[in-house]
Amino acid sequence: MTTAVPVPHQPVEEWHQPSRGIVGMACLITAESAIFVIFVTAYLYYLGKSLTGPAPHDVLDAPIFATVCLLSSSITVHFSVHELRAVRIARSAWWLAATVLLGSIFIGFTAFEWYDLINHHGLTISTNLFGTTFYSLVGLHASHVLVGLILLSLALIFSIAGKVTEHHAERLEVLSLYWHFVDAVWVVVFTVVYIIGR
Amino acid sequence: MATQTPANPITETTLRLRRRGRMLQFLHEWITTVDHKKIGIMYILYALVFLLIAGLEAILMRIQLAVPNNTFVSPQVFNRLFTMHGTTMVFFVGMPILFGFGNYLVPLMIGARDMAFPRLNAFSFWISAFGGLLLYFSYFGGSGLYGAGSAPDVGWWAYAPLTARVFSPGHSTDYWTLSIFLSGIGSIGTALNLVATTLCMRCPGMKLSRMPLLVWLYLVTGVLVFLAVSPLTAAQIMLCIDRYLGGHFFDTQAGGSAVLWMHFFWIFGHPEVYVLVLPAFAFANEIVPVFSRKAIFGYPAMVSATVGIGFISLTVWAHHMFTVGLGAGANAFFTFSTMLIAIFTGIKIFNWVATLWGGNIHFTTAMKFTIAFLFQFPAAGLTGIMLSVSPFDWQLSHSYFVVAHFHYVLVGAILFMIFAAFYFWYPKMTGRMLNDTLGSWHFWLFVIGFHLTFDFMHIPGMLGMPRRIYTYEADRGWAIWNMIVSSGAVFQAVAVLLFAWNLVRSYFKGDPAGPDPWDAWTLEWSTSSPPPSYNFAVIPTVESRRPLWDLKHPEDPDSQYE
Amino acid sequence: MSLGIIRPLADHLFPFAQGSRCIAPCGNMPSRLHLALSLAFGQSSTSIFAPEATPAHYIFGLSMFVLAICASIFIVVAGLLLYALIRFRHRRGFTVREPAQIYGSAQVELSWTVIPILIVVVLFLATARVIFVTQAAPRPEKSLDVVVIGHQFWWEYRYPKLGIITANELHIPVSNPNDPMPTYLTMSSADTDHSFWVPRLAGKMDVIPNKVNTMWIDPEKVGLYVGQCAQYCGVEHAKMLIRVYADSPSDFEKWAGEQARPALQDPSAAEGKAVFERNACANCHTVSGTPARGMFGPDLSHMASRATIASGSVPLTEANLRAWIDNPEQFKPGVLMPAMHLSPHDLDAVSRYLMTLR
Repeated sequence: MTTAVPVPHQPVEEWHQPSRGIVGMACLITAESAIFVIFVTAYLYYLGKSLTGPAPHDVLDAPIFATVCLLSSSITVHFSVHELRAVRIARSAWWLAATVLLGSIFIGFTAFEWYDLINHHGLTISTNLFGTTFYSLVGLHASHVLVGLILLSLALIFSIAGKVTEHHAERLEVLSLYWHFVDAVWVVVFTVVYIIGR
Repeated sequence: MATQTPANPITETTLRLRRRGRMLQFLHEWITTVDHKKIGIMYILYALVFLLIAGLEAILMRIQLAVPNNTFVSPQVFNRLFTMHGTTMVFFVGMPILFGFGNYLVPLMIGARDMAFPRLNAFSFWISAFGGLLLYFSYFGGSGLYGAGSAPDVGWWAYAPLTARVFSPGHSTDYWTLSIFLSGIGSIGTALNLVATTLCMRCPGMKLSRMPLLVWLYLVTGVLVFLAVSPLTAAQIMLCIDRYLGGHFFDTQAGGSAVLWMHFFWIFGHPEVYVLVLPAFAFANEIVPVFSRKAIFGYPAMVSATVGIGFISLTVWAHHMFTVGLGAGANAFFTFSTMLIAIFTGIKIFNWVATLWGGNIHFTTAMKFTIAFLFQFPAAGLTGIMLSVSPFDWQLSHSYFVVAHFHYVLVGAILFMIFAAFYFWYPKMTGRMLNDTLGSWHFWLFVIGFHLTFDFMHIPGMLGMPRRIYTYEADRGWAIWNMIVSSGAVFQAVAVLLFAWNLVRSYFKGDPAGPDPWDAWTLEWSTSSPPPSYNFAVIPTVESRRPLWDLKHPEDPDSQYE
Repeated sequence: MSLGIIRPLADHLFPFAQGSRCIAPCGNMPSRLHLALSLAFGQSSTSIFAPEATPAHYIFGLSMFVLAICASIFIVVAGLLLYALIRFRHRRGFTVREPAQIYGSAQVELSWTVIPILIVVVLFLATARVIFVTQAAPRPEKSLDVVVIGHQFWWEYRYPKLGIITANELHIPVSNPNDPMPTYLTMSSADTDHSFWVPRLAGKMDVIPNKVNTMWIDPEKVGLYVGQCAQYCGVEHAKMLIRVYADSPSDFEKWAGEQARPALQDPSAAEGKAVFERNACANCHTVSGTPARGMFGPDLSHMASRATIASGSVPLTEANLRAWIDNPEQFKPGVLMPAMHLSPHDLDAVSRYLMTLR
């Protein structure tokens, strides 16, 4: 039971506060960025310090196509949210499907690249410092892509099942923020691993 | 309770089942709750249990160190004790208890009904709790309890390469890594809740510049947690990769760097101590004004100083590494950044003194603890300044001087303010007042014990005694000081037990507290004690920093002056 | 950091940080302070306030300055606090409902921001001076090189230019301030992190695997300086003690000469030598001039010239040595040397043999 309640003397102007979902996702992105910064730091610190084994320029090929796919998926997910806000649910679902497809292509390419590195170049996480830092950093990113893909697929399934309405647009936007973050991290990882590192 | 006497066995059974049913219902309610108040209380109780356990670990260490060449515990057990004591106190006492108070108070103080993400809140608590249990399971797991089992013995910073499989075989280090990893997830979750709640759920009229200072400090703490706990999480993932996937992050034989672990750990470790101390400042910011009967002096400066402390705390980490050989330039930089923090912290101290100045000071138990804090925290900060002078640190680091310094902060500042927070907000949480006589005994015994132990602990450090040693030579002149240090532990133990007794006894027999026993001014004191699950029947609208002051002093409201 | 400005400025402001003695008017301050501190804290062979070498002296001077400033600050703050608590306490019969609410004051807040900033600048300049003068000091032509290798749980010392390898007891010549001969320690670790700390000679420096750190010491007086490992390195971190013998130049020459020659071969100890060589001792220990070439444990070629075993924690007597070889765990539980399980006869023989290795 509350006692007295403060009574305003002047009318309060419109009271606006940011959306919880967006702020929450921004916080998560901040924390995750800090984790990635540490892995990137370790990667940069150990460049050129491996005592043995294959070096980056010996075995790495820049995955241009996969990168284009992943970065395009940011555009597709953006459109998906836009269409959902405009109450064009079906189109939103198609854009979402495109996002999932592009993301899956990226993962596929990563898997193929790793298969090649392990079996044809003998580079594993325990080979040398390059191996350890490479698989950790790229793997950490790939795991974030996987989680994103799972969430996007769930959204797609709900969409196809007809459960998604324009009221869910903000939630989809929060998810898309996560996806944009994953793509932004890839820009950094790509630059560090395939451009600076080689 | 039930007034009818059971007339026959069937009724008796029904009553018994009904009682058990009520008990189960009670437990179920607490285990599945998403109410920030209940979660806050669970965090606090959980932390209190670990406080007693870690305190016992400290007492065992002090018995071992009371005389030179003692054989009370073996070196292996001693090394596990100091590791577990440090790890427990930081991650399973400090963080949970401060998050507990934050969980409880922040929504109430901003006029909200709950946190932004109640289920995340519950999840964060339970995963942290599990982390603590996992850490203590290490005593039993692996090779079992004899010889204190496989509890970690690598120190709470777990420096590489001591943590590599070759130097730490078995699973003790893994318990350390995984338990903290899990509790780190919980910390990030709670911090996320604190930030989102503060930014998105304030009641109408509560602009950021009208929030209680406690809420500001928890906001900065939350942001610090994102930036600080995550590096530790990353480093622990790397350690696991080293230990189990053959990685070489910290494998010096493969060209890896032991210093890199130190950097990553202290990039966490230093902001972490600010995560622990900012809530203590938050409590002081609420308690000092109420018992001085004055508004806090210099609210904008307090906010700026807090934000400044938050920023700068991210740039000082290598003052833990002055002896690592980073080079003169690095040592100079970190000396400077560490000294800078002192300026901001000093501003806060002076603001508290200015709040007391011209006031009408009431020496309630909460205020007694706060006053002790006001003396002890500057002392701790000044020994910190001594340590920031890197050449001085070349002598003092890794010695008992450092142990004395950080205990002065952790116990003398933070734990004292936690006690103060208990005496201040227990009435709100339970509807009962804590007993003042027991409170006085608690206070004075603890003050005596604290000073016996931690004042004198500076001396062996200055006489060359390093830390983390299970025994020491008799001819170094350290013995008498260690004896005095150990004697203080007895007083502190008795004081804490009295406190625990006070908590339990007052719950059942304490004087009823009304909604506002202290005549305070922030929104939580406008609800009943304890508040209903929905906090406020009508979400309040505020016009100043002290909405209840405005109500009680309609002729002179704060809103005129802000 | 612009040394060009800082050093002259700091030199001017803080003459005590320049050398091992204060310039007037400090005069007798160091010895009086040392006396006062010894009286206060008792005699200790490891007190940081009883410096006997230049790095420790620099640190001592700076630390006194810092202590003085910090003590003054505490007295001011605590004084104000105490005054406020007494003057403004609630008194019975105090009828005014609430005191005047003061929300802030720009001048007051500015002053207590600016004054700490000034104090910090002063402290920082003094500190920077000492950092650069110890860590970045130019190396004199005449100096002794010692390589220090930290092990779990003992210290290895090598003198590369003198061809000496020894363990646990470091002998160095004293350094005459008029004609300095400092000892430069180049340090690294063979396993985990350690830290080399002899408080009366210098601040500590960590000894880290895959990293080389350097420090220098120049004791002025002949004597024994003790310290111990200051970075937790495992089970027996507490007993990784350090003994530094500062010898007169002639004593040092003599010591070095004796250490450089191969181990003594005393024919009366031949049986013990045979025990040593046919058991696993040679896997871990070196005795120069014999087949024993192990590197995991301390070099024993001249172990009987040392006063202690077990890295300074056990005095060297034949009885202790015998007990150690029989079961090292009784002295240092968790030590890496295993119990050798020798028969009592073999134990006697090998102990006698090792005692001949002067």
